[in-house]
Amino acid sequence: MAHVPFEYGLYLAAVLFLIGLVGVLVRRNLIFVLASIEIMLNAAGLAFVVAGARWERPDGQVMFIFILSMAAAEVAVGLALALLYRRVFDTLDIDEASRMRG
Amino acid sequence: MTVAFYIAGAVAVIATLLVVTRRSTIHALLYLVVSLFAVAVVFYTLGAPFVAALEVIVYAGAIIVLFLFTVMLLNIGGEAGPDARRRLRPASWIGPGVLAAVLLVGLVAIIASGANARVGGRAVEPREVGVALYGPYAIGVELASTLLLAALIGARHLGQRRREPDGR
Repeated sequence: MAHVPFEYGLYLAAVLFLIGLVGVLVRRNLIFVLASIEIMLNAAGLAFVVAGARWERPDGQVMFIFILSMAAAEVAVGLALALLYRRVFDTLDIDEASRMRG
Repeated sequence: MTVAFYIAGAVAVIATLLVVTRRSTIHALLYLVVSLFAVAVVFYTLGAPFVAALEVIVYAGAIIVLFLFTVMLLNIGGEAGPDARRRLRPASWIGPGVLAAVLLVGLVAIIASGANARVGGRAVEPREVGVALYGPYAIGVELASTLLLAALIGARHLGQRRREPDGR
C-alpha cells in the first residue's frame, strides 16, 4: 500500500472540491451544474476515505457508502428535474429559472 | 504504489478541470468518467479496495450512465447552448476562480498546520466495512434506503408526463 503523507490525500480532496465549486459557480448548463455537484460529493467522500485509511478504521469507507447513496438519490431527482426543466423552459440555462413564477 | 497515488491524483485533478471547462456535454461526461476512475485508483492505493470497486460500479457505472441517458434524451450532444460561448470567457470565471483559489490557500494552510502522519499502512478489508456497516451503522443503512426510496418516488413523480393546465 502507498505510504503517502496524510495531508496529500486531503490536499487532493480540497483541490477536487474547489474545482467542483468553481464549476457550480461558473457553468450555467444544468447538466454541468449536476456534474460539478457530483465532483464535490466525490471529493468529500475522498476526504472521508483518506481519514479512514489514516486510522485504519472502516468508518471512513462506511461514510463514503452513505455519500454514494446520497449522490445517487440526488442525481436521480436532479436529472428528472433537468428533463422537466427542458420541457418547461425549452433550454438548460439555469438563469432562465429567474423568470419562474410561483 | 506510492507513485501510483501521485499519478492517479494528478490525473484526477487534470480530468476534473477538463470536466468543468469543456463546451460539449458528452466530452465533459467522458472526462468525468476518467476522473472517477483516477479517484478509484487513489482509493485502492490508500488501502480501501471495497470503495474503489464501489466507485467504479456505482459512480462510473450507474451515475454517469444516467447522465448520458439524460443527455441523449435531451438531444444536446453538441455544444452546451449559449452557455459554452457566452460563459466561458475569462471575465465570467475569473471572479469565482480567484475566490476558490483563496479558499484553497486557506484549506491548505489548515491541513498543513496539522500533525504529520502517513496513510495506507494496512488495507481495510471489505469484511470490516460490512461488519461496521451492519453493526454500529445499521440505522444509517435504514436511512439511506429510505432516502433512495424517496428519490425513486420523486424521480417518478417529476418524470411523468402530465397535462399542463395552460396547455403547454
